Amino acid sequence: MLLKLEHLSKSFGGLKAVADLNIEIGQGELVGLIGPNGAGKTTVFNLLTGVYEPSEGKMIFAGKDVGGLRPYQVTHRGIARTFQNIRLFGDLSVIDNVKIAFHQHAKYSAFSAILRLPSFFRSEDEMESKALALLEVFHLRGRAGEVAKNLPYGEQRRLEIARAMATEPRLLLLDEPAAGMNPQETRGLMELIRWLRDNFQLTILLIEHDMSLVMGVCERIYVLDYGMIIASGTPEEIRTDPKVIEAYLGEEAI
Amino acid sequence: MKVLNKKNLVILLAVLVVYGGVQAAIAARLIPPFYSVNLMLICVYVILATSLNLINGVTGQFSIGHAGFMAIGAYLSAIVSVKLHGPLGAAILAGGIVSAAVGFLVGLPTLRLKGDYLAITTLGVGQIVQVVFFNTNYVGGAAGFTVPRTVNWTWAFWLTVISVVIIHNFTNSTHGRACISVRENEIAAEAMGINSTKYKVMAFTLGSFLGGLAGGLYANYMYLIQPTTFSFLTSFNILVMVVLGGLGSMTGSIVGAVVMTVLSAYLSQFPEWRMVLTALLLIVVMLFRPSGLLGTKEFNLGFLGKKGESRAA
Repeated sequence: MLLKLEHLSKSFGGLKAVADLNIEIGQGELVGLIGPNGAGKTTVFNLLTGVYEPSEGKMIFAGKDVGGLRPYQVTHRGIARTFQNIRLFGDLSVIDNVKIAFHQHAKYSAFSAILRLPSFFRSEDEMESKALALLEVFHLRGRAGEVAKNLPYGEQRRLEIARAMATEPRLLLLDEPAAGMNPQETRGLMELIRWLRDNFQLTILLIEHDMSLVMGVCERIYVLDYGMIIASGTPEEIRTDPKVIEAYLGEEAI
Repeated sequence: MKVLNKKNLVILLAVLVVYGGVQAAIAARLIPPFYSVNLMLICVYVILATSLNLINGVTGQFSIGHAGFMAIGAYLSAIVSVKLHGPLGAAILAGGIVSAAVGFLVGLPTLRLKGDYLAITTLGVGQIVQVVFFNTNYVGGAAGFTVPRTVNWTWAFWLTVISVVIIHNFTNSTHGRACISVRENEIAAEAMGINSTKYKVMAFTLGSFLGGLAGGLYANYMYLIQPTTFSFLTSFNILVMVVLGGLGSMTGSIVGAVVMTVLSAYLSQFPEWRMVLTALLLIVVMLFRPSGLLGTKEFNLGFLGKKGESRAA
């Protein structure tokens, strides 16, 4: 088990955004987390990445408790994320966005940077070529020198995933990666997600509203409503689960 | 070596020409005292503006107490050179180190504050430093502290060059990029594995260190230092230089420091017009170039090399 959430809860005052959540994700799995608006999906991501501290429960990642860590510490442990509303470093170049995410793997101190010691040049060259190689994978190499906010929307989403990959994660959390994409871009994204998982020995957990993407790539799906898991299983099981249909379409529709 | 590329050699040559030219003019007694004082002030303010730019422009924090760190550097270096009879280099370095230590201690709790709150706190720190020196008789209190002049053009110029190189090298490294990412989007920076508190404190401490060095230069040149010199107005003056040049641009800060120092030197004969004209200049710049003279861009010598040589993109 790579990730195990045990009885995870988060309350904001009297509101229980997430209640008694139990999720298990194995190494190499591609798991979806779906649910109606306001079900608590992004809260789960924010708990996982240390933005919020859980009110109750445990989060075990790779055998270690990651509850209460700060976001950057969670990233150092090997969990990377993208954001629902794109949060690129908009005024910086595409390649600098990726290089920033390589920061934790840089092999020189601020002191050697100031003195421009050989370790600075070695590590910078390495980061440069690694960043370019990563951009190549995401078909963004030609854009390396451009300012990130000037990229078209679909490429900004791709850059966000590339940047997350630069932290060299074991678990990648994608928060609505297909939001705002047209069907063609979504299909491309599905292939990219599968390809990433297969080529980087990655485990992926994604939140998505686009059912074609969720049903198309996820091997297992958890359905969240009012902060609780109401169903889990393969895409086929989820599609026919009466509780899921009720949550999405209302009771009368059954 | 990569350090000795064409661009850096051109810069080095330009630096040597400026240094040699002024040094020769001083040796030939061609520079009247009025100009030599202002040359010295330009050096001091270039260090102050570029170091404040590291905090406010590069890292995106809002400090308005930089004169406080200048004061610490000035007084500490004066104590070392006058009371302890230490050599000038040790005196200036001691001022920088103590200033950095204070910056670190102040930064650790206050850099968790954002925007206006950090501004108010740093303003308060600047005031506290001033009041402490006002009431310390060991360093002369309000009457001031007399320090013999030991700083010359060579000291001022090379210390400025070293400070600028330190800031440039820090900013253009993975650690500088970490600071910039905190400015651009703190939440995303943390998600990318960057310890935002660490980099805010690092930038603040380095900025305070260099501010302290500038204070040391000032103290050992001006014969007399008084607490009133390091008032809020001085902090504000440094901030204006940074904003004028463009927040986030080191070369912009240098331009801002030179322009403001020269301007206030020539306007010193018309003290009643000085504040009016400085304010007008600022208003005009903010109207026509809201991001400052250079924005966040750097003036560079890229046109000398092949196109795109400095940026492998």
